[in-house]
Amino acid sequence: MAAAPKRPFRWHIVVFLAPAVLVYSAIMILPLAGTLQLSLFRNIDQSQIFVGLANFRTLFGDPNWSVGFWNALRNNVWFFIIHMIVQNPIGVLLAALLSSPRLRFSAFYRTAIFVPTILSFVIVGFAWKLILSPLWGVAPNLMDLVGLKSLFTPWLGKEQYALTTLSLISVWQFVGIPMMLIYAALLSIPEEVIEAAECDGITGMSQFWKIKLPLILPSIGIISILTFVGNFNAFDLIYTAQGALAGPNYSTDILGTFLYRAFFGFQLQVGDPNMGAAIATMMFLIILGGVCVYLFLVQTRLRRYQF
Amino acid sequence: MSTATHSLPRTIGAHAVLLTYTVIALFPVIIVIMNSFKSRAGIFGAPLTPPTPKTFDLIGYTTVIGQGDFIHYFQNSLVVTVASLFFVLLFGAMAAFALSEYRFRGNSLMGLYLALGIMIPIRLGTVAILQLMVASGLVNTLTALILVYTAQGLPLAVFILSEFMKQVSDDLKNAGRIDGLSEYTIFFRLVLPLVRPSMATVAVFTMIPIWNDLWFPLILAPSEETKTVTLGAQLFLGQFVTNWNAILAALSLAIMPVLILYVIFSRQLIRGITSGAVK
Repeated sequence: MAAAPKRPFRWHIVVFLAPAVLVYSAIMILPLAGTLQLSLFRNIDQSQIFVGLANFRTLFGDPNWSVGFWNALRNNVWFFIIHMIVQNPIGVLLAALLSSPRLRFSAFYRTAIFVPTILSFVIVGFAWKLILSPLWGVAPNLMDLVGLKSLFTPWLGKEQYALTTLSLISVWQFVGIPMMLIYAALLSIPEEVIEAAECDGITGMSQFWKIKLPLILPSIGIISILTFVGNFNAFDLIYTAQGALAGPNYSTDILGTFLYRAFFGFQLQVGDPNMGAAIATMMFLIILGGVCVYLFLVQTRLRRYQF
Repeated sequence: MSTATHSLPRTIGAHAVLLTYTVIALFPVIIVIMNSFKSRAGIFGAPLTPPTPKTFDLIGYTTVIGQGDFIHYFQNSLVVTVASLFFVLLFGAMAAFALSEYRFRGNSLMGLYLALGIMIPIRLGTVAILQLMVASGLVNTLTALILVYTAQGLPLAVFILSEFMKQVSDDLKNAGRIDGLSEYTIFFRLVLPLVRPSMATVAVFTMIPIWNDLWFPLILAPSEETKTVTLGAQLFLGQFVTNWNAILAALSLAIMPVLILYVIFSRQLIRGITSGAVK
Protein backbone atom coordinates (compact mmCIF):
# COMPACT_ATOMS: atom_id res chain seq x y z
CA MET A 1 0.00 0.00 0.00
CA ALA A 2 3.06 2.22 0.15
CA ALA A 3 3.06 3.15 -3.52
CA ALA A 4 -0.47 4.47 -3.42
CA PRO A 5 0.07 7.92 -4.94
CA LYS A 6 1.81 6.58 -8.03
CA ARG A 7 -0.49 3.66 -8.61
CA PRO A 8 -2.40 3.83 -11.89
CA PHE A 9 -6.16 3.87 -11.68
CA ARG A 10 -7.30 0.30 -11.15
CA TRP A 11 -9.86 -0.13 -13.88
CA HIS A 12 -10.44 -3.78 -13.06
CA ILE A 13 -12.18 -2.82 -9.80
CA VAL A 14 -14.67 -0.77 -11.79
CA VAL A 15 -15.15 -3.59 -14.27
CA PHE A 16 -15.77 -6.10 -11.49
CA LEU A 17 -18.23 -3.88 -9.67
CA ALA A 18 -20.04 -2.21 -12.54
CA PRO A 19 -22.50 -4.90 -13.72
CA ALA A 20 -23.81 -5.71 -10.24
CA VAL A 21 -24.01 -2.09 -9.14
CA LEU A 22 -25.70 -0.95 -12.35
CA VAL A 23 -28.39 -3.64 -12.40
CA TYR A 24 -28.97 -3.36 -8.67
CA SER A 25 -29.22 0.43 -8.73
CA ALA A 26 -31.38 0.64 -11.85
CA ILE A 27 -33.87 -2.10 -11.01
CA MET A 28 -33.92 -2.03 -7.24
CA ILE A 29 -32.69 1.15 -5.58
CA LEU A 30 -33.98 3.72 -8.06
CA PRO A 31 -37.48 2.19 -8.28
CA LEU A 32 -37.56 1.97 -4.50
CA ALA A 33 -36.67 5.65 -4.28
CA GLY A 34 -39.11 6.37 -7.11
CA THR A 35 -41.89 4.63 -5.23
CA LEU A 36 -41.18 6.62 -2.08
CA GLN A 37 -41.25 9.77 -4.21
CA LEU A 38 -44.47 8.80 -6.00
CA SER A 39 -46.21 8.58 -2.67
CA LEU A 40 -45.84 12.36 -2.38
CA PHE A 41 -47.54 13.04 -5.72
CA ARG A 42 -51.05 12.73 -6.99
CA ASN A 43 -52.39 12.38 -10.50
CA ILE A 44 -54.53 15.45 -11.19
CA ASP A 45 -55.69 16.09 -14.76
CA GLN A 46 -53.23 13.61 -16.27
CA SER A 47 -50.20 15.14 -14.61
CA GLN A 48 -48.35 14.31 -11.44
CA ILE A 49 -48.69 17.13 -8.92
CA PHE A 50 -46.67 17.34 -5.72
CA VAL A 51 -49.10 17.11 -2.82
CA GLY A 52 -46.78 16.59 0.14
CA LEU A 53 -48.19 14.17 2.66
CA ALA A 54 -51.76 14.36 1.37
CA ASN A 55 -51.78 10.71 0.29
CA PHE A 56 -50.82 9.67 3.81
CA ARG A 57 -53.51 11.94 5.22
CA THR A 58 -55.98 10.09 2.99
CA LEU A 59 -54.56 6.73 4.03
CA PHE A 60 -54.95 7.47 7.74
CA GLY A 61 -57.79 9.98 7.71
CA ASP A 62 -60.26 8.77 5.10
CA PRO A 63 -62.25 5.87 6.57
CA ASN A 64 -62.40 4.23 3.11
CA TRP A 65 -58.66 3.71 3.37
CA SER A 66 -57.76 3.81 7.03
CA VAL A 67 -60.11 0.99 8.06
CA GLY A 68 -58.56 -1.25 5.44
CA PHE A 69 -55.04 -0.22 6.32
CA TRP A 70 -55.32 -0.81 10.07
CA ASN A 71 -57.13 -4.08 9.42
CA ALA A 72 -54.33 -5.23 7.11
CA LEU A 73 -51.65 -4.13 9.58
CA ARG A 74 -53.37 -5.87 12.50
CA ASN A 75 -53.73 -9.06 10.47
CA ASN A 76 -50.11 -8.83 9.41
CA VAL A 77 -48.95 -8.53 13.02
CA TRP A 78 -51.00 -11.59 13.97
CA PHE A 79 -49.56 -13.43 10.95
CA PHE A 80 -46.07 -12.64 12.24
CA ILE A 81 -46.87 -13.59 15.85
CA ILE A 82 -48.14 -17.02 14.78
CA HIS A 83 -44.94 -17.55 12.82
CA MET A 84 -42.77 -16.60 15.79
CA ILE A 85 -44.54 -18.73 18.36
CA VAL A 86 -45.12 -21.79 16.19
CA GLN A 87 -42.44 -21.88 13.50
CA ASN A 88 -39.37 -21.16 15.62
CA PRO A 89 -40.03 -23.63 18.48
CA ILE A 90 -40.86 -26.41 16.01
CA GLY A 91 -37.77 -25.53 13.97
CA VAL A 92 -35.54 -25.61 17.06
CA LEU A 93 -37.08 -28.88 18.26
CA LEU A 94 -36.62 -30.63 14.93
CA ALA A 95 -33.09 -29.30 14.53
CA ALA A 96 -32.16 -30.41 18.06
CA LEU A 97 -33.48 -33.91 17.40
CA LEU A 98 -31.78 -34.11 14.00
CA SER A 99 -28.43 -33.04 15.36
CA SER A 100 -28.28 -35.73 18.02
CA PRO A 101 -25.29 -37.91 17.16
CA ARG A 102 -25.75 -41.32 15.58
CA LEU A 103 -29.37 -40.70 14.71
CA ARG A 104 -30.34 -42.98 11.86
CA PHE A 105 -32.23 -41.77 8.79
CA SER A 106 -31.47 -38.16 9.67
CA ALA A 107 -30.73 -37.38 6.01
CA PHE A 108 -34.14 -38.77 5.10
CA TYR A 109 -35.95 -36.68 7.73
CA ARG A 110 -34.09 -33.53 6.69
CA THR A 111 -34.94 -34.04 3.05
CA ALA A 112 -38.58 -34.86 3.70
CA ILE A 113 -39.26 -32.01 6.12
CA PHE A 114 -37.73 -29.50 3.70
CA VAL A 115 -40.02 -30.55 0.82
CA PRO A 116 -42.82 -28.01 1.50
CA THR A 117 -40.31 -25.16 1.44
CA ILE A 118 -39.36 -25.79 -2.18
CA LEU A 119 -42.98 -25.82 -3.38
CA SER A 120 -44.54 -22.64 -4.67
CA PHE A 121 -47.25 -20.75 -2.81
CA VAL A 122 -49.67 -21.59 -5.56
CA ILE A 123 -49.29 -25.30 -4.97
CA VAL A 124 -49.31 -24.96 -1.21
CA GLY A 125 -52.30 -22.62 -1.14
CA PHE A 126 -54.41 -24.74 -3.43
CA ALA A 127 -53.45 -28.09 -1.96
CA TRP A 128 -54.44 -26.94 1.52
CA LYS A 129 -57.58 -25.31 0.21
CA LEU A 130 -58.63 -28.65 -1.22
CA ILE A 131 -57.65 -30.60 1.89
CA LEU A 132 -59.53 -28.26 4.22
CA SER A 133 -62.52 -28.06 1.92
CA PRO A 134 -65.67 -29.50 3.45
CA LEU A 135 -66.64 -30.63 -0.07
CA TRP A 136 -63.82 -33.10 -0.33
CA GLY A 137 -63.76 -34.37 3.20
CA VAL A 138 -60.09 -35.22 3.66
CA ALA A 139 -59.78 -33.12 6.81
CA PRO A 140 -63.03 -34.34 8.43
CA ASN A 141 -62.15 -37.95 7.57
CA LEU A 142 -58.74 -37.58 9.15
CA MET A 143 -60.17 -35.95 12.24
CA ASP A 144 -62.67 -38.77 12.46
CA LEU A 145 -59.76 -41.20 12.77
CA VAL A 146 -58.68 -39.54 16.00
CA GLY A 147 -62.26 -38.96 17.15
CA LEU A 148 -62.27 -35.19 16.72
CA LYS A 149 -64.66 -34.93 13.81
CA SER A 150 -67.03 -32.69 15.74
CA LEU A 151 -64.32 -30.01 15.87
CA PHE A 152 -64.16 -29.68 12.09
CA THR A 153 -65.38 -26.47 10.49
CA PRO A 154 -64.45 -24.94 7.13
CA TRP A 155 -61.55 -23.02 8.66
CA LEU A 156 -60.66 -21.03 5.58
CA GLY A 157 -64.23 -19.84 5.19
CA LYS A 158 -64.80 -18.55 8.70
CA GLU A 159 -63.72 -15.04 9.57
CA GLN A 160 -62.45 -15.88 13.02
CA TYR A 161 -60.27 -18.82 11.89
CA ALA A 162 -59.16 -18.02 8.33
CA LEU A 163 -56.12 -15.88 9.13
CA THR A 164 -54.77 -18.22 11.78
CA THR A 165 -55.28 -21.18 9.46
CA LEU A 166 -53.36 -19.44 6.68
CA SER A 167 -50.58 -18.50 9.08
CA LEU A 168 -50.26 -22.13 10.12
CA ILE A 169 -50.17 -23.21 6.47
CA SER A 170 -47.36 -20.73 5.93
CA VAL A 171 -45.57 -22.09 9.00
CA TRP A 172 -46.00 -25.60 7.61
CA GLN A 173 -44.37 -24.46 4.40
CA PHE A 174 -41.41 -22.60 5.89
CA VAL A 175 -40.50 -24.55 8.99
CA GLY A 176 -37.69 -26.14 6.96
CA ILE A 177 -35.71 -22.89 6.93
CA PRO A 178 -35.34 -22.38 10.71
CA MET A 179 -34.78 -26.10 11.03
CA MET A 180 -31.88 -26.03 8.58
CA LEU A 181 -30.26 -22.84 9.89
CA ILE A 182 -30.44 -23.98 13.50
CA TYR A 183 -29.30 -27.46 12.53
CA ALA A 184 -26.26 -25.87 10.89
CA ALA A 185 -25.63 -23.73 13.97
CA LEU A 186 -25.87 -26.76 16.24
CA LEU A 187 -23.45 -28.73 14.10
CA SER A 188 -20.95 -25.89 14.27
CA ILE A 189 -20.73 -26.06 18.07
CA PRO A 190 -17.32 -27.62 18.69
CA GLU A 191 -17.01 -31.02 20.32
CA GLU A 192 -14.82 -29.63 23.11
CA VAL A 193 -17.60 -27.39 24.40
CA ILE A 194 -20.01 -30.32 24.56
CA GLU A 195 -17.39 -32.57 26.13
CA ALA A 196 -16.55 -29.94 28.73
CA ALA A 197 -20.23 -29.72 29.59
CA GLU A 198 -20.48 -33.48 29.89
CA CYS A 199 -17.44 -33.52 32.20
CA ASP A 200 -19.28 -31.06 34.40
CA GLY A 201 -22.26 -33.39 34.42
CA ILE A 202 -24.48 -31.27 32.20
CA THR A 203 -26.25 -33.61 29.79
CA GLY A 204 -29.55 -34.07 28.03
CA MET A 205 -32.13 -31.33 28.38
CA SER A 206 -30.14 -29.09 30.68
CA GLN A 207 -27.22 -29.30 28.26
CA PHE A 208 -29.53 -28.06 25.53
CA TRP A 209 -30.92 -25.17 27.58
CA LYS A 210 -27.68 -24.09 29.22
CA ILE A 211 -25.06 -24.73 26.55
CA LYS A 212 -26.54 -25.10 23.11
CA LEU A 213 -29.42 -22.65 23.18
CA PRO A 214 -27.27 -19.63 24.13
CA LEU A 215 -24.89 -20.58 21.34
CA ILE A 216 -27.60 -20.69 18.69
CA LEU A 217 -29.35 -17.47 19.79
CA PRO A 218 -27.71 -15.45 16.98
CA SER A 219 -29.20 -17.89 14.46
CA ILE A 220 -32.62 -17.53 16.06
CA GLY A 221 -32.20 -13.76 15.81
CA ILE A 222 -31.43 -13.99 12.10
CA ILE A 223 -34.39 -16.30 11.53
CA SER A 224 -36.68 -13.90 13.37
CA ILE A 225 -35.70 -10.93 11.26
CA LEU A 226 -35.94 -12.96 8.06
CA THR A 227 -39.41 -14.07 9.13
CA PHE A 228 -40.36 -10.48 9.95
CA VAL A 229 -39.30 -9.18 6.54
CA GLY A 230 -40.90 -12.13 4.77
CA ASN A 231 -44.18 -11.80 6.64
CA PHE A 232 -44.62 -8.07 6.16
CA ASN A 233 -43.96 -8.55 2.50
CA ALA A 234 -46.13 -11.66 2.05
CA PHE A 235 -48.76 -11.74 -0.65
CA ASP A 236 -48.72 -14.94 -2.67
CA LEU A 237 -50.25 -17.39 -0.20
CA ILE A 238 -53.21 -15.16 0.65
CA TYR A 239 -53.75 -14.27 -3.01
CA THR A 240 -53.71 -17.93 -4.01
CA ALA A 241 -55.89 -19.27 -1.25
CA GLN A 242 -58.36 -16.40 -0.76
CA GLY A 243 -58.01 -14.21 -3.85
CA ALA A 244 -57.13 -10.51 -4.00
CA LEU A 245 -60.13 -9.65 -1.84
CA ALA A 246 -58.59 -11.64 1.02
CA GLY A 247 -61.90 -13.05 2.13
CA PRO A 248 -63.98 -13.88 4.01
CA ASN A 249 -64.81 -10.19 4.50
CA TYR A 250 -61.16 -9.01 4.39
CA SER A 251 -60.35 -11.09 7.45
CA THR A 252 -57.14 -12.39 5.85
CA ASP A 253 -56.12 -9.09 4.27
CA ILE A 254 -52.46 -8.30 4.90
CA LEU A 255 -50.34 -5.39 3.69
CA GLY A 256 -49.27 -7.20 0.51
CA THR A 257 -52.82 -7.87 -0.67
CA PHE A 258 -53.91 -4.39 0.43
CA LEU A 259 -51.11 -2.88 -1.67
CA TYR A 260 -52.08 -5.04 -4.63
CA ARG A 261 -55.71 -3.91 -4.51
CA ALA A 262 -54.79 -0.25 -4.05
CA PHE A 263 -52.29 -0.32 -6.90
CA PHE A 264 -54.25 -2.32 -9.46
CA GLY A 265 -57.78 -1.80 -8.33
CA PHE A 266 -60.23 -4.59 -7.92
CA GLN A 267 -63.84 -4.91 -8.98
CA LEU A 268 -65.38 -1.48 -8.31
CA GLN A 269 -62.27 0.13 -6.88
CA VAL A 270 -60.05 1.90 -9.43
CA GLY A 271 -56.31 1.34 -9.23
CA ASP A 272 -54.27 4.24 -7.90
CA PRO A 273 -50.47 4.08 -8.27
CA ASN A 274 -49.95 6.98 -5.89
CA MET A 275 -51.93 5.40 -3.08
CA GLY A 276 -50.18 2.14 -3.87
CA ALA A 277 -46.87 3.96 -3.48
CA ALA A 278 -48.05 5.43 -0.17
CA ILE A 279 -48.87 1.94 1.14
CA ALA A 280 -45.55 0.61 -0.15
CA THR A 281 -43.85 3.48 1.70
CA MET A 282 -45.58 2.49 4.93
CA MET A 283 -44.46 -1.13 4.40
CA PHE A 284 -40.95 0.16 3.76
CA LEU A 285 -40.97 2.11 7.02
CA ILE A 286 -42.33 -0.86 8.98
CA ILE A 287 -39.71 -3.22 7.57
CA LEU A 288 -36.96 -0.65 8.03
CA GLY A 289 -38.08 -0.17 11.62
CA GLY A 290 -37.97 -3.90 12.27
CA VAL A 291 -34.55 -4.24 10.71
CA CYS A 292 -33.20 -1.31 12.76
CA VAL A 293 -34.60 -2.80 15.98
CA TYR A 294 -32.85 -6.03 15.09
CA LEU A 295 -29.54 -4.43 14.16
CA PHE A 296 -29.27 -1.96 17.02
CA LEU A 297 -31.15 -3.59 19.87
CA VAL A 298 -31.03 -7.34 19.32
CA GLN A 299 -27.83 -8.03 17.48
CA THR A 300 -25.59 -5.84 19.63
CA ARG A 301 -26.78 -7.64 22.76
CA LEU A 302 -26.31 -11.12 21.37
CA ARG A 303 -22.85 -12.40 21.98
CA ARG A 304 -21.27 -14.12 19.08
CA TYR A 305 -18.88 -16.84 20.10
CA GLN A 306 -15.88 -17.36 17.91
CA PHE A 307 -14.35 -20.79 18.06
CA MET B 1 -26.98 -47.82 18.93
CA SER B 2 -27.65 -46.85 22.51
CA THR B 3 -24.82 -45.30 24.43
CA ALA B 4 -24.52 -43.93 27.91
CA THR B 5 -25.84 -40.53 26.90
CA HIS B 6 -28.41 -41.68 24.34
CA SER B 7 -30.70 -44.24 25.84
CA LEU B 8 -33.06 -46.33 23.83
CA PRO B 9 -36.31 -44.61 24.92
CA ARG B 10 -34.86 -41.25 23.99
CA THR B 11 -33.88 -42.50 20.53
CA ILE B 12 -37.35 -43.92 20.00
CA GLY B 13 -38.87 -40.66 21.14
CA ALA B 14 -36.72 -38.68 18.71
CA HIS B 15 -37.74 -40.95 15.85
CA ALA B 16 -41.39 -40.68 16.82
CA VAL B 17 -41.34 -36.88 16.76
CA LEU B 18 -39.38 -36.68 13.51
CA LEU B 19 -41.54 -39.30 11.84
CA THR B 20 -44.72 -37.51 12.91
CA TYR B 21 -43.48 -34.26 11.49
CA THR B 22 -42.33 -35.96 8.28
CA VAL B 23 -45.86 -37.28 7.84
CA ILE B 24 -47.29 -33.79 8.41
CA ALA B 25 -44.85 -32.33 5.88
CA LEU B 26 -45.45 -34.90 3.17
CA PHE B 27 -49.10 -35.77 3.64
CA PRO B 28 -50.66 -32.92 1.59
CA VAL B 29 -48.29 -33.60 -1.28
CA ILE B 30 -49.00 -37.32 -1.25
CA ILE B 31 -52.77 -36.82 -1.00
CA VAL B 32 -52.77 -34.51 -4.01
CA ILE B 33 -50.61 -36.76 -6.20
CA MET B 34 -52.48 -39.90 -5.17
CA ASN B 35 -55.89 -38.49 -5.94
CA SER B 36 -54.84 -37.01 -9.25
CA PHE B 37 -54.79 -40.56 -10.65
CA LYS B 38 -58.37 -41.31 -9.65
CA SER B 39 -61.79 -40.91 -11.17
CA ARG B 40 -64.15 -38.32 -9.76
CA ALA B 41 -66.02 -40.95 -7.80
CA GLY B 42 -62.75 -42.24 -6.40
CA ILE B 43 -61.62 -38.78 -5.34
CA PHE B 44 -64.73 -38.11 -3.36
CA GLY B 45 -65.58 -41.68 -2.29
CA ALA B 46 -62.29 -42.59 -0.69
CA PRO B 47 -59.86 -39.68 -0.68
CA LEU B 48 -57.42 -41.35 1.69
CA THR B 49 -56.81 -44.58 -0.20
CA PRO B 50 -54.36 -45.03 -3.08
CA PRO B 51 -55.90 -45.50 -6.53
CA THR B 52 -57.22 -49.01 -7.13
CA PRO B 53 -57.81 -50.53 -10.58
CA LYS B 54 -61.46 -49.58 -10.07
CA THR B 55 -60.83 -45.90 -9.32
CA PHE B 56 -57.76 -45.37 -11.51
CA ASP B 57 -58.38 -42.69 -14.12
CA LEU B 58 -56.20 -40.27 -16.08
CA ILE B 59 -59.03 -37.93 -17.07
CA GLY B 60 -57.51 -35.08 -15.05
CA TYR B 61 -54.23 -35.25 -16.92
CA THR B 62 -55.86 -35.40 -20.33
CA THR B 63 -57.95 -32.32 -19.47
CA VAL B 64 -54.93 -30.35 -18.29
CA ILE B 65 -52.74 -31.29 -21.23
CA GLY B 66 -55.58 -30.51 -23.63
CA GLN B 67 -56.37 -27.13 -22.05
CA GLY B 68 -53.31 -25.47 -20.63
CA ASP B 69 -50.09 -24.76 -22.43
CA PHE B 70 -48.00 -26.04 -19.55
CA ILE B 71 -44.99 -27.06 -21.58
CA HIS B 72 -44.68 -23.52 -22.84
CA TYR B 73 -45.07 -22.06 -19.33
CA PHE B 74 -42.48 -24.49 -18.13
CA GLN B 75 -40.03 -23.29 -20.76
CA ASN B 76 -40.63 -19.68 -19.73
CA SER B 77 -39.94 -20.48 -16.09
CA LEU B 78 -36.83 -22.36 -17.05
CA VAL B 79 -35.48 -19.53 -19.22
CA VAL B 80 -36.18 -16.92 -16.55
CA THR B 81 -34.69 -18.95 -13.71
CA VAL B 82 -31.57 -20.09 -15.53
CA ALA B 83 -30.81 -16.68 -17.02
CA SER B 84 -31.35 -14.83 -13.72
CA LEU B 85 -29.26 -17.41 -11.91
CA PHE B 86 -26.45 -17.01 -14.40
CA PHE B 87 -26.38 -13.23 -14.05
CA VAL B 88 -26.73 -13.29 -10.28
CA LEU B 89 -23.82 -15.71 -9.94
CA LEU B 90 -21.58 -13.97 -12.47
CA PHE B 91 -22.23 -10.36 -11.43
CA GLY B 92 -22.45 -11.27 -7.78
CA ALA B 93 -19.15 -13.12 -7.80
CA MET B 94 -17.44 -10.28 -9.66
CA ALA B 95 -18.66 -7.66 -7.21
CA ALA B 96 -17.88 -9.90 -4.24
CA PHE B 97 -14.35 -10.34 -5.55
CA ALA B 98 -13.86 -6.59 -5.94
CA LEU B 99 -15.14 -5.95 -2.42
CA SER B 100 -13.17 -8.71 -0.71
CA GLU B 101 -9.92 -8.48 -2.68
CA TYR B 102 -9.11 -4.81 -3.18
CA ARG B 103 -8.80 -1.97 -0.74
CA PHE B 104 -10.16 1.18 -2.27
CA ARG B 105 -11.95 4.25 -1.05
CA GLY B 106 -15.64 3.60 -0.45
CA ASN B 107 -15.21 -0.16 -0.20
CA SER B 108 -17.23 -0.70 2.96
CA LEU B 109 -19.77 1.91 1.89
CA MET B 110 -20.28 0.01 -1.36
CA GLY B 111 -20.64 -3.22 0.62
CA LEU B 112 -23.30 -1.64 2.80
CA TYR B 113 -25.10 -0.22 -0.22
CA LEU B 114 -25.26 -3.64 -1.84
CA ALA B 115 -26.30 -5.31 1.41
CA LEU B 116 -29.30 -2.99 1.75
CA GLY B 117 -31.27 -5.17 -0.61
CA ILE B 118 -30.98 -8.23 1.65
CA MET B 119 -33.36 -6.69 4.13
CA ILE B 120 -35.49 -4.40 1.98
CA PRO B 121 -37.63 -6.48 -0.38
CA ILE B 122 -37.65 -5.42 -4.03
CA ARG B 123 -41.44 -5.76 -4.12
CA LEU B 124 -41.83 -2.42 -2.37
CA GLY B 125 -40.51 -0.74 -5.52
CA THR B 126 -43.10 -2.46 -7.71
CA VAL B 127 -45.01 0.72 -8.58
CA ALA B 128 -41.92 2.38 -10.04
CA ILE B 129 -40.57 -0.86 -11.55
CA LEU B 130 -43.78 -1.21 -13.54
CA GLN B 131 -43.49 2.38 -14.75
CA LEU B 132 -39.88 1.77 -15.71
CA MET B 133 -40.78 -1.38 -17.65
CA VAL B 134 -43.67 0.38 -19.39
CA ALA B 135 -41.39 3.26 -20.34
CA SER B 136 -38.74 0.94 -21.73
CA GLY B 137 -41.25 -1.27 -23.50
CA LEU B 138 -40.27 -4.36 -21.53
CA VAL B 139 -43.71 -5.19 -20.15
CA ASN B 140 -44.72 -8.73 -21.06
CA THR B 141 -41.20 -9.81 -21.89
CA LEU B 142 -39.10 -12.37 -20.08
CA THR B 143 -36.28 -9.80 -20.07
CA ALA B 144 -38.21 -7.73 -17.54
CA LEU B 145 -38.47 -10.71 -15.20
CA ILE B 146 -34.81 -11.63 -15.66
CA LEU B 147 -33.72 -8.07 -14.84
CA VAL B 148 -35.88 -7.91 -11.73
CA TYR B 149 -34.78 -11.29 -10.44
CA THR B 150 -31.13 -10.49 -11.11
CA ALA B 151 -31.45 -7.34 -9.02
CA GLN B 152 -33.36 -9.27 -6.37
CA GLY B 153 -30.75 -12.00 -6.07
CA LEU B 154 -27.60 -9.86 -6.17
CA PRO B 155 -27.46 -8.49 -2.59
CA LEU B 156 -27.47 -11.89 -0.88
CA ALA B 157 -25.12 -13.33 -3.50
CA VAL B 158 -22.57 -10.55 -3.00
CA PHE B 159 -22.83 -10.87 0.76
CA ILE B 160 -22.37 -14.64 0.96
CA LEU B 161 -19.74 -14.85 -1.79
CA SER B 162 -17.54 -12.09 -0.39
CA GLU B 163 -17.47 -13.91 2.96
CA PHE B 164 -16.19 -16.98 1.18
CA MET B 165 -13.76 -15.15 -1.06
CA LYS B 166 -12.03 -13.65 1.94
CA GLN B 167 -10.95 -17.18 2.81
CA VAL B 168 -9.17 -17.84 -0.48
CA SER B 169 -5.46 -17.80 0.27
CA ASP B 170 -3.62 -14.58 -0.59
CA ASP B 171 -0.47 -16.54 -1.35
CA LEU B 172 -2.18 -18.27 -4.21
CA LYS B 173 -3.39 -15.02 -5.74
CA ASN B 174 -0.03 -13.32 -5.24
CA ALA B 175 1.74 -16.29 -6.82
CA GLY B 176 -0.56 -15.79 -9.81
CA ARG B 177 0.30 -12.09 -9.92
CA ILE B 178 4.02 -12.83 -9.85
CA ASP B 179 3.50 -15.22 -12.76
CA GLY B 180 2.04 -12.28 -14.64
CA LEU B 181 -1.63 -13.28 -14.61
CA SER B 182 -4.04 -10.41 -15.06
CA GLU B 183 -6.59 -9.65 -12.34
CA TYR B 184 -9.31 -11.10 -14.59
CA THR B 185 -7.45 -14.37 -15.04
CA ILE B 186 -6.86 -14.60 -11.32
CA PHE B 187 -10.58 -14.18 -10.72
CA PHE B 188 -11.84 -16.57 -13.39
CA ARG B 189 -9.08 -19.21 -13.23
CA LEU B 190 -8.00 -19.24 -9.59
CA VAL B 191 -10.72 -17.85 -7.36
CA LEU B 192 -13.96 -18.93 -9.03
CA PRO B 193 -13.15 -22.66 -9.04
CA LEU B 194 -12.24 -22.47 -5.35
CA VAL B 195 -15.54 -20.92 -4.30
CA ARG B 196 -17.67 -23.30 -6.34
CA PRO B 197 -19.32 -24.89 -3.26
CA SER B 198 -20.50 -21.50 -2.02
CA MET B 199 -21.77 -20.71 -5.51
CA ALA B 200 -24.02 -23.75 -5.11
CA THR B 201 -25.37 -22.35 -1.86
CA VAL B 202 -26.13 -19.03 -3.47
CA ALA B 203 -27.70 -20.78 -6.45
CA VAL B 204 -30.14 -22.61 -4.21
CA PHE B 205 -31.09 -19.52 -2.24
CA THR B 206 -31.60 -17.58 -5.46
CA MET B 207 -33.38 -20.21 -7.50
CA ILE B 208 -36.26 -21.27 -5.27
CA PRO B 209 -37.85 -17.82 -4.81
CA ILE B 210 -37.47 -17.05 -8.53
CA TRP B 211 -39.09 -20.27 -9.68
CA ASN B 212 -41.94 -19.91 -7.20
CA ASP B 213 -42.59 -16.17 -7.53
CA LEU B 214 -46.12 -15.13 -8.40
CA TRP B 215 -46.00 -11.35 -7.80
CA PHE B 216 -43.74 -10.19 -10.64
CA PRO B 217 -45.06 -12.53 -13.37
CA LEU B 218 -48.56 -11.39 -12.39
CA ILE B 219 -47.64 -7.71 -12.64
CA LEU B 220 -44.89 -7.50 -15.25
CA ALA B 221 -45.54 -10.39 -17.62
CA PRO B 222 -49.09 -11.73 -17.46
CA SER B 223 -49.47 -12.30 -21.21
CA GLU B 224 -50.06 -15.78 -22.60
CA GLU B 225 -46.65 -15.73 -24.29
CA THR B 226 -44.65 -14.99 -21.15
CA LYS B 227 -46.57 -16.78 -18.39
CA THR B 228 -44.43 -18.75 -15.99
CA VAL B 229 -45.50 -22.09 -14.56
CA THR B 230 -46.48 -20.53 -11.25
CA LEU B 231 -48.72 -17.93 -12.84
CA GLY B 232 -50.11 -20.41 -15.38
CA ALA B 233 -51.00 -22.85 -12.62
CA GLN B 234 -52.62 -20.08 -10.59
CA LEU B 235 -54.85 -18.96 -13.46
CA PHE B 236 -55.63 -22.50 -14.54
CA LEU B 237 -56.62 -23.45 -11.01
CA GLY B 238 -58.81 -20.39 -10.73
CA GLN B 239 -60.59 -21.35 -13.94
CA PHE B 240 -61.31 -24.97 -13.11
CA VAL B 241 -62.55 -24.60 -9.56
CA THR B 242 -65.16 -27.29 -9.95
CA ASN B 243 -63.19 -29.76 -12.05
CA TRP B 244 -61.38 -31.58 -9.28
CA ASN B 245 -59.70 -34.08 -11.57
CA ALA B 246 -58.12 -31.29 -13.57
CA ILE B 247 -57.09 -29.30 -10.51
CA LEU B 248 -55.43 -32.25 -8.82
CA ALA B 249 -53.67 -33.21 -12.05
CA ALA B 250 -52.46 -29.63 -12.61
CA LEU B 251 -51.16 -29.45 -9.04
CA SER B 252 -49.36 -32.75 -9.47
CA LEU B 253 -47.83 -31.60 -12.74
CA ALA B 254 -46.59 -28.48 -10.99
CA ILE B 255 -45.23 -30.42 -8.02
CA MET B 256 -43.50 -33.27 -9.81
CA PRO B 257 -40.69 -31.53 -11.76
CA VAL B 258 -39.62 -29.59 -8.66
CA LEU B 259 -39.90 -32.68 -6.50
CA ILE B 260 -37.84 -34.82 -8.87
CA LEU B 261 -35.12 -32.15 -9.14
CA TYR B 262 -35.17 -31.77 -5.39
CA VAL B 263 -34.77 -35.50 -4.73
CA ILE B 264 -31.84 -35.62 -7.16
CA PHE B 265 -30.08 -32.55 -5.77
CA SER B 266 -31.23 -32.58 -2.16
CA ARG B 267 -27.86 -33.75 -0.87
CA GLN B 268 -25.99 -30.83 -2.46
CA LEU B 269 -28.78 -28.44 -1.56
CA ILE B 270 -28.82 -29.31 2.12
CA ARG B 271 -25.04 -29.41 2.30
CA GLY B 272 -25.04 -25.98 0.67
CA ILE B 273 -27.47 -24.54 3.18
CA THR B 274 -25.73 -25.98 6.20
CA SER B 275 -22.21 -25.09 5.06
CA GLY B 276 -23.34 -21.64 3.97
CA ALA B 277 -24.99 -20.97 7.28
CA VAL B 278 -22.07 -22.17 9.35
CA LYS B 279 -19.77 -19.60 7.87
